[in-house]
Amino acid sequence: MAYDKFTVLTSTAVPMPIENVDTDQIIPARFLKATERTGFGDNLFRDWRYNNDDTPKKDFVLNNPIYSGKILVAGKNFGSGSSREHAAWAIYDYGFRCVVSSFFADIFKNNSLNIGILPVQVSGEFLNKVFKAIEADPKTQLEVNLPNQTITILATGEKESFDINDYKKDNMTNGYDDIDYLQAMKEEILTFAAKSLY
Amino acid sequence: MSNTPSTLFDKVWDAHVVRHITNGPDVFFIDRHFIHEVTSPVAFLGLETRGLKVMFANKTFATADHNTPTINQHLPVKDPLSANQLKALETNSGKYGISYWGLGNPKNGIVHVVGPENGITLPGMTIVCGDSHTSTHGAFGAIAFGIGTSEVEMVLASQCIMQPKPKKMRINVNGKMGIGVTPKDVVLYIISQLTAAGATGYFVEFAGEVFEQMSMEGRMTVCNMSIEMGARGGMIAPDETTFKYIKGKDKAPKGEAWEKDLAYWKTLKTDAGAQFDKEYHFNGADIEPMITFGTNPGMGIGISKHIPVSHETGSGKSSYEKSLNYMGFHEDDAMLGKKVDYVFVGSCTNGRIEDFRAFASIVKGRKKAEHVTAWIVPGSHIVEQQIKDEGILDILTEAGFQLRQPGCSACLAMNDDKIPAGKYAVSTSNRNFEGRQGPGARTMLASPLVAAAAAVTGVVTDPRELLA
Repeated sequence: MAYDKFTVLTSTAVPMPIENVDTDQIIPARFLKATERTGFGDNLFRDWRYNNDDTPKKDFVLNNPIYSGKILVAGKNFGSGSSREHAAWAIYDYGFRCVVSSFFADIFKNNSLNIGILPVQVSGEFLNKVFKAIEADPKTQLEVNLPNQTITILATGEKESFDINDYKKDNMTNGYDDIDYLQAMKEEILTFAAKSLY
Repeated sequence: MSNTPSTLFDKVWDAHVVRHITNGPDVFFIDRHFIHEVTSPVAFLGLETRGLKVMFANKTFATADHNTPTINQHLPVKDPLSANQLKALETNSGKYGISYWGLGNPKNGIVHVVGPENGITLPGMTIVCGDSHTSTHGAFGAIAFGIGTSEVEMVLASQCIMQPKPKKMRINVNGKMGIGVTPKDVVLYIISQLTAAGATGYFVEFAGEVFEQMSMEGRMTVCNMSIEMGARGGMIAPDETTFKYIKGKDKAPKGEAWEKDLAYWKTLKTDAGAQFDKEYHFNGADIEPMITFGTNPGMGIGISKHIPVSHETGSGKSSYEKSLNYMGFHEDDAMLGKKVDYVFVGSCTNGRIEDFRAFASIVKGRKKAEHVTAWIVPGSHIVEQQIKDEGILDILTEAGFQLRQPGCSACLAMNDDKIPAGKYAVSTSNRNFEGRQGPGARTMLASPLVAAAAAVTGVVTDPRELLA
């Protein structure tokens, strides 16, 4: 999927200081029945967000109008569990472009990068600073700078670097994906396959 | 070839790198690609949009499992969205010439059960599927892991994915396990020690006497749940147990091809002195029958223990409390004696013949507890047939249980098999996440023996008390 290029994102953020948020919470299995990749945002965090009668749960952060923005800030070990890319689609479809946490599950991280969401892994200490800054002022702006690989709390100037491999960084900043790359090496793959055991 | 000692993982990984990108991922060649109805339709749509074809239809296998009903499979699937996904899988498989085992096909079943039992899964392979429990196939000494839909599209288009090589971990379990302790307990114990994120970023090799003595079914259970500690996958070196299991399977190599492959498979082991990034040692004698009390698979304890009192602070403390609140449990509660409303035996974790033999060993001569609803779901039609052939069905029927038809069923509740809100289930599946088995469902993960003990007593019970 081609997606929008990602360079510098400056936005307010939505705080969700819960650990071990698994993909069954991000998008419950009963909403995985579509055969297209759009429309999942309505059911993002469905069971945390809505009561059984479809009324919004007042204490859930996505239903709190004082928080908004393109950045989701989450507790440690975000996105564990199922490999469903639908979780990343739901986050993207809802309008988030970046998730900040102190730890991501592997498959979720891969899925996010593949569809144009930037997972920014920061230290536990910096994550707490971000939560505190948003708690103090929900209008706190974060700047996520992919070319420089930094995240900054603009109000305080506190900043941290994050890791991303060069290849994925190039993809994100140019809006390319892996299939574009793999198509260009088709002959090499066919040659490899010809001598493979299975 | 260098003489540096290498790990099983290195041997298989390095043999599949088509190209290494500096400061980037490896272009990694895939030998077997399993697809199912939930994570493939959008990938096929992507192929079409780009005007691409499936590069190796003969390396791709499709089965319907996540959405399928477990009763009346001869009738049309009622839920129109599920029916639509199943139809899409059938259509796409037909269009691209992919082998397809749909509902009604005698080979149909859960993808991670039918792959091994038909000899499609072999040592030294690289195997992916849009399902995190693809790690199951690591039991054969394969590198197998779950991928997302964008990657499913990549594999269809190029038979490759782009992956940075994970770090390596070895988990050794030696010593003798007690009676009533099963492979499920071994893996729940390991996850409880490492936590649900303890192996994130790693690929795990399970080694030691406990795994050497384990059956292939048991090894699959262990590797299946390696994803539940965050690992990309788990693997066990192939040995005589592995070769014996594979020999004669429908799609396994035969004759000369068998000899050639076998010679290669025998080289697939970690060399003495090979280095791991992290290593753990556990004693099999320390492992009890396990049960989970919380909302991730790392929250497990020996069945006779009390729920731990949290010593965590900050958001860790509130996440722990949130989890216990969801379960309706409290710190320091005993797990033994807790009421059970539902019992689920099945899934790609414990839906194999050995699991139903274990379940039957306890229910034999007993009756199902009246208030318990039990869903007994084989992982495949082949397992279903074994249950009938071995007389297990008669034992189940006499005890008041009914056998359902194969599929993922209540493990993730995409079909009609949903645990109602607030009800307690002892499940042999892999995940106790909030709402996993239905909105509001409360899941305790356990072995088939613990499930059987709960099914006949109606409460959480130590299976060792019921073993003859």
